[in-house]
Amino acid sequence: MLEEVGTTTEGDLIINVGPQHPATHGVLHLVITLNGETIKKVEPHLGFIHRSIEKMCESLTYRQFIYVTSRMDYLSAHINNHACALCVEKGLQAEIPARAQVIRVLMDELTRIASHELWWGAMAMDLGAFTPFFHAFRERETINDIMEETCGARLTMNYMVPGGVMQDIHPNFQRRVKEFMQLYKRKIHEYDEMVTGNIIFQNRMKNVGYLSPEDAVSYGCSGPTARGSGVSCDIRKLYPYEVYSKLEFDEILETGGDSFARYMVRIREMQQSIRIIEQLIDNIPEGDFQAKTKAVLKLPKGEFYSRVETARGEFGVYIVSEGGTTPYRIKFRSPGFSNLSVLDHIARGSKLGDMVAMMGTLDLVIPDIDR
Amino acid sequence: MLNEELKAKITELLAAATFEEGGDPMATGWLNINVDAKDWLPLATQLRNDDTLFFNYLFCLTCIDWKTHLTMVYHLSSTRYRHNIVIKSKLDRNNPVIETVSHIWRTADFHEREVYEMFGVNFLNHPDLRLLILPDGWEGKNPMRKDFEDPVNMIKL
Repeated sequence: MLEEVGTTTEGDLIINVGPQHPATHGVLHLVITLNGETIKKVEPHLGFIHRSIEKMCESLTYRQFIYVTSRMDYLSAHINNHACALCVEKGLQAEIPARAQVIRVLMDELTRIASHELWWGAMAMDLGAFTPFFHAFRERETINDIMEETCGARLTMNYMVPGGVMQDIHPNFQRRVKEFMQLYKRKIHEYDEMVTGNIIFQNRMKNVGYLSPEDAVSYGCSGPTARGSGVSCDIRKLYPYEVYSKLEFDEILETGGDSFARYMVRIREMQQSIRIIEQLIDNIPEGDFQAKTKAVLKLPKGEFYSRVETARGEFGVYIVSEGGTTPYRIKFRSPGFSNLSVLDHIARGSKLGDMVAMMGTLDLVIPDIDR
Repeated sequence: MLNEELKAKITELLAAATFEEGGDPMATGWLNINVDAKDWLPLATQLRNDDTLFFNYLFCLTCIDWKTHLTMVYHLSSTRYRHNIVIKSKLDRNNPVIETVSHIWRTADFHEREVYEMFGVNFLNHPDLRLLILPDGWEGKNPMRKDFEDPVNMIKL
């Protein structure tokens, strides 16, 4: 039941944040019980952009359903598509050409940078700093342009298909990625100078929204949210897929557990993504970009699960197949859904103004939560 | 722990558990365990608290409507030993009831609420079993069940 603005019997104030609120970055409704300015309870109400994607997928074929998943976590569209493609390939037991694997990882990491860029800009804006938003979008725009050239779309790419990628990379791709890397390496220090080292920013982030490692695991947190508490959970390291096992990169762990630790994980992850891209960009193998698959895909009877690391955490695709051309049941384990559930836990006892910072560091994308 | 060791250990904990290689063992390689709904809570407590199992990470919780019955599916993992298992429990379709595990794995709170509204599964002793995603005052069938038909928004091929 939706509570209206009012007071409880103990004299606590109940306020609504959202569904339309700039700090929620989407249509999320939070009912907050306040004692003075201290939060006693946060109750999320979801479903404002629930499209029942899982039900939709039950009537879409294995080639079609991948397109819908771009619309979940639209900032990690490539990685969502990747998870679905991996899951279908598990069922088909298809071998993916080396070229396609490398292109996929390159796209994933570019997506991760773009997603963290947007998070960084939006997060700083949540705290009242407007300029970082423009800086972040300037770099993100370049990535979008690179994506557009190769995939034809800027946000919902639908580039990964079962068996590989939809089309070969654009002739300009390598040159433009390298140019971007040069630019980006010059700019990334500006981020630290502008925001990370800022004393006002640090005071608002440090010792706020503490999440212990045990709670992070118990609440099912993953990605930078859990790694900020020192929980090792990077799927790319633990259950490597594609060429990740051959690459050199570090899993970023911070032990602080507060908002600042989660912030630092993402900032440092961007640098690791650059490392990965640098290792691959000159080493894209020649060959096919797509394995030969049948026009109509049929998965054998059984269950298939694939997990990947999106910009927000562990994304899982669980397909139950009855042997037909459409999945019998499909479940998307979205990272945002679990990460949101921890908000009530970490926000209790802190000030209302700090909750916006906490939400920022959870990096919530609402379509990913609602599905 | 390897699947064989897990099998032996879980048989020790619950003799009634049956095992299956779910689907293609190459696809996931995870041990599938079928348990009765009434055995689930004691087993879940042991899976979480036993030092050699230590399944502390419930990364996926969902339900499947098989038209004759419902199946609850729990994907568990351990952040210490990195082993994974899948627990399945059959439920009666007309009166699906199972104990909640939200006090063992806190993430189950939200996931069980989702299954509750989408499949109509009743989780006993859940602290806050209300609609999460569906609009308030939702009446009618549970949308993720196979016999749910929406005359306006349904996708048909």
